[in-house]
Amino acid sequence: MPRKQLNIARSIEYLSILDEHGNLDKDLEPDIPAEKLLELYRAMLLGRRFDERMLDLQRQGRIGTFPPIKGQEAAQLGAVFQLRPRDWMVPAFRETAAEIWRGRSLESVILYYNGFNEGTVISAKQKDMPMAVPVATQILHAVGLGYAAKYRQTNEIVMCFFGDGATSEGDFHEALNCAAVYQTPVVFVCQNNQWAISVPLKKQTHTTTIAEKSLAYNMAGIQVDGNDVLAVFNAVGEAAQRARTGGGPTLVECVTYRIMMHTTADDPSRYRSEEEVKAWEKKDPLPRFAAYLEQKEILDAGSRQKIEAEVLEQIQTAIDAVEKEMPKLGDPRDMFNHLYAELPPYLKNQQKELTRCLENGGEVKNG
Amino acid sequence: MAKMTMVQALNLALRQEMTRDDSVVMLGEDVGPDGGVFRVTDGLFDTFGEQRVIDTPLAESAIIGMAVGMAVYGLKPVCEIQFSGFAYQNFHQLENHAARMRWRTQGRLNVPLVMRAPYGGGVRALEHHSESREAYWAHTPGLKMVIPSGPRNARALLVSAIRDPDPVIFYESKALYRALREEVPEEEETLPIGTSQLVREGGDLTLIAYGAMLQPTLEAAAELQKEGIEAAVVDLLTISPLDDTLIVQSIRQTGRAVVVHEAPRSFGPGAEIIARLMEGAFYYLEAPIERVTGYDVIIPYFSREKFYIPTVGRIIEAARSTLSQ
Repeated sequence: MPRKQLNIARSIEYLSILDEHGNLDKDLEPDIPAEKLLELYRAMLLGRRFDERMLDLQRQGRIGTFPPIKGQEAAQLGAVFQLRPRDWMVPAFRETAAEIWRGRSLESVILYYNGFNEGTVISAKQKDMPMAVPVATQILHAVGLGYAAKYRQTNEIVMCFFGDGATSEGDFHEALNCAAVYQTPVVFVCQNNQWAISVPLKKQTHTTTIAEKSLAYNMAGIQVDGNDVLAVFNAVGEAAQRARTGGGPTLVECVTYRIMMHTTADDPSRYRSEEEVKAWEKKDPLPRFAAYLEQKEILDAGSRQKIEAEVLEQIQTAIDAVEKEMPKLGDPRDMFNHLYAELPPYLKNQQKELTRCLENGGEVKNG
Repeated sequence: MAKMTMVQALNLALRQEMTRDDSVVMLGEDVGPDGGVFRVTDGLFDTFGEQRVIDTPLAESAIIGMAVGMAVYGLKPVCEIQFSGFAYQNFHQLENHAARMRWRTQGRLNVPLVMRAPYGGGVRALEHHSESREAYWAHTPGLKMVIPSGPRNARALLVSAIRDPDPVIFYESKALYRALREEVPEEEETLPIGTSQLVREGGDLTLIAYGAMLQPTLEAAAELQKEGIEAAVVDLLTISPLDDTLIVQSIRQTGRAVVVHEAPRSFGPGAEIIARLMEGAFYYLEAPIERVTGYDVIIPYFSREKFYIPTVGRIIEAARSTLSQ
């Protein structure tokens, strides 16, 4: 038999609606009510200001290590805006803005980054998974949630976040493969922020885009300008609709940039240039969206200042509340809680051992 | 009561639990029409359909990772990993997520999954098919580690494992799958996880074993009896949480003990068992506690595996040694 071409190649669509120069594609502009647009702006600004304040706190030694999100607000919020409360969100570890939109309190974020397990509590109303630190592992959980939602016929969908580095892990590929095989209602949102700690995208993958990886699994895939909140909103909206109507999973690649460090323990000046960061700062999603809203006369200098003041006050109130609450926390015996539904006898003994140690002023006594 | 092999008893447990509760789903490689490589899931696909008896792509991490999501949602996934030697590819999902979800979320979310996996040697299998690495799981806070020793307790423990609100690793001895038959009641029977059983009374020494090692240990006890030595035998059934009450109580009566397991010796379950006995029965001991275990080597290919796995002879020798001191 001769060699021949099998007709399986497909192309990947790229979507941009509002570019960095303020050009708007009116045909693609989503029809979002003014009130909702303002909510979105407020959420993006809150994400930005909270992040900046967290960095200050970390530098002052008032919180521990945390991963800043600056520059990725549009990718997170444009996507999560498409979820209904009854849908599921599965974050990685840099989705603070999305988590807050879903209902996580600023207080819980501060508590978590101060090393208190109490900061990971998810309210009963929120159908969100806790943040996952091991890279790409959470993507499979999204597929399992999606499978269960489909099995129960609840019409819920699942949105899963991860970064470009995650796409090198086996779990990413296993997850996309399984999601496609079972046609689970999952929207995979890759925030391609160009750097996995110090490794740039070109050393992370040999493909031109992350989105094209969807082709190998025969699922829908699209690349969007991740700093264009309208493009993210539209692309993820289409993906969410596809998931809700039985059309299966979608991989959405949001091309964005991590303006700050990987975490506060990282020094990005060792591996990337100032010029690169400056070039991306010009593509900042926040002023771009503000300019759009001003052009639409939804926002003006006065209302911008008002929202800014409200956001800063909300952040300060949360910090004050947590700092007042924290001294009351910290009973070390809590480390035994919630490990099992019921504490087994050997752990009860270990808990008693710690109690004795605490009663003796910290002196360790076994037996 | 019908006499069943362990494979049939496990199948009964799965069938009854899936009938009772539509949250119970099975997933794994070849668990569907093929009925699993050891036929433990035989016929379940025909009864419950492909939505509940899920043939997965060949991806161990995906099996457990998806099960984490399913379990958080409220399903009760029972995962089959074809051989325990392939479970290392999903170790991270159990260690990083299943074992920690309840703790991480302060009790808001839990992961009631079961990972079933055939373990151990003695069936002349290929490399990676004969390991006994229960210590890995038992060392992980948040997991439970169960190893039945016969058809009847396998059925009862699997039912308990499925109903358990925490993640349970359930090791099934390949050597026991079809080696013996026991009467297994058709009606519901459970055994509490975390409880060991005294399976033979005796006042001279205590033999402690579990899983595939229970049979040679019982044979050794029978042989010792011919010499006038009465050996008590304790079947641990659960490695974690380890029930030390019964073994401590027994050693306080006999003063002597031999621990038998197939896993490598160093840092193995025997080390923990002996540490518990030292804490709970030190002043009652009349001789050092002996260990009869696999050696600290990779289990050899099948031509030599019988020299690795503890034998009746090795157990008797250890018992005589501890009795002579």
